[in-house]
Amino acid sequence: MRILISFLSITVSSFAFASSLQADSYKVQQVAEGIFYHQGSHQEADAENLGAIANVGFIIGEQCIAVIDSGGSFQEGKLLRKTIRQHSDLPICYVINTHVHPDHILGNAAFKTDKPEFVGHEKLPAAMASRQQHFARQFSEILGDAYKGTEFIEAKTLVKVGSPLTLDLGNRPLILTAFTTAHTDHDLTVYDEKTSTLWTGDLLFVERIPALDGSINGWIDALDTLIEHDATMIIPGHGTAFNGENSKGWQDLLRYLTTVREEIRVIINDLGTIEQAIDSVGTQEAEKWKLFEEYHRRNVTAAFVELEWE
Amino acid sequence: MMGRNTFFWAVFAVFMSHSFIANAATAEEDLWSALKQTYFGDREIHENADDVLILEAPTRAEDAAIVPISVKSVQPQTAERYIKNIHIIIDKNPMPYSANFHLSPTLGDIDIATRVRVDQYTDMRAIAEMNDGSLHMVSKFVKASGGCSAPAGKDMEAAMARLGKMQIRMREANIGETTKAQVVVSHPNNSGLQFDQKTRGYIPPHYVKEIIIDFDDENLITLEAGISISEDPSIRFSFTPQKHGVLKAMVNDTKEMTYSMDKQI
Repeated sequence: MRILISFLSITVSSFAFASSLQADSYKVQQVAEGIFYHQGSHQEADAENLGAIANVGFIIGEQCIAVIDSGGSFQEGKLLRKTIRQHSDLPICYVINTHVHPDHILGNAAFKTDKPEFVGHEKLPAAMASRQQHFARQFSEILGDAYKGTEFIEAKTLVKVGSPLTLDLGNRPLILTAFTTAHTDHDLTVYDEKTSTLWTGDLLFVERIPALDGSINGWIDALDTLIEHDATMIIPGHGTAFNGENSKGWQDLLRYLTTVREEIRVIINDLGTIEQAIDSVGTQEAEKWKLFEEYHRRNVTAAFVELEWE
Repeated sequence: MMGRNTFFWAVFAVFMSHSFIANAATAEEDLWSALKQTYFGDREIHENADDVLILEAPTRAEDAAIVPISVKSVQPQTAERYIKNIHIIIDKNPMPYSANFHLSPTLGDIDIATRVRVDQYTDMRAIAEMNDGSLHMVSKFVKASGGCSAPAGKDMEAAMARLGKMQIRMREANIGETTKAQVVVSHPNNSGLQFDQKTRGYIPPHYVKEIIIDFDDENLITLEAGISISEDPSIRFSFTPQKHGVLKAMVNDTKEMTYSMDKQI
């Protein structure tokens, strides 16, 4: 494991110097036998990085392959597919979308020719329907050429809250668990039994500031459960994969969310205003997260209007 | 001034064509002169009226669906000279005419805050209409995008479950002293601009069109609202109760549902 981790850090640092994402610089890392991920950069999506800002990847079974999140643009989806073909010729039978955010789903169409089953949370289709027009307008502009070819492909195989779904890749069962509202109202995790690897989607952000688009209370509850998970390897939605014995990633996110929640509650109880909260809450977290300025005040805004109804 | 609801629908034509106007060569100025003509006709508007009112809004809105704004009067309301209405216009929103606050002369200093959606980088205007009919405008440029067609709710199910729930939040008031209160109603405030892929149609609009705030059976503030107001509409305001009485908030939405709440002061 130690060798693997030092290998990871070398790959990551060399990647960080790549100025723009090209086919030859699109590298995946193997974190466990048959499990590969491409680590997204801690940036906002743009034409140069092809929207490749989230962790995406694949798991190879004996009979077929599952893609877990397809990329932040059609271009990234194509790069990911090309990379898969460098590792295996097995059919791609599933494309799993952990949630609707563009950095996780815009690559779906790159896998259309494989005729996979598209899989998601039971509320993913509704989330996609209500947001896709907005995403299309915004991301065609942001991503430019990398967006061309993007299609919003709706998941047909759905996972219900309370009823985990098992997908078998051939002697390789994956357990998909649907959550109640947390990071979004339709988060899905993927657990590979064979290597005890947990793919968290955006229920876990490492290094990069989380983006709250669901419920701060629900997310804290989900993390309280997930932190107890005894997985050997954890692949977060953003940031570096890590050994499951190390809980720092979970702790950091919990600290951020609980700090924001407690400070907002104090302001609300004192009949303070949303403007006050936006200016003062959680500022001590600034040095601890990448892209803090871009997302923190938005998180406070979203959490405030939720906590107002407690 | 037209009737309350006809007014909003009368400007429908303008917002349906506003993308045209916005793309014109001298976009910003042309857009405003078209809006001004639509809403106020040939009436004179005194611009940069910072001797009458102040508009506060963030330069960069963090969450385009929830942009906190406030308007304050510079001079106190008196029976002889007072601000009768404050009109909020967000030039580039799909429905630019966003709010009309009808104000009582008994409010004292005006200090009102609400939360709005901002669809793209835009000028935002607050226009005070005095009791003598004169119009005084202040404006601000706000950077935000995606507020209006962005999904109404982060958790639609939770939002619908508490539809119509209300709060009046305030400290214990002392008679004769200025106090602040917030009225907030849980409502998805659906804009009618969200496309539903399944039905291949737009989700019908369902939003709060009116919030009436009375104290002791006298109207303090009536807000006529459109789809630019954020989900869970909120009004924070200051007033000075001169005696004990009931603070009452009543909400009417476009499906003719009404909600109300009282607070004894």
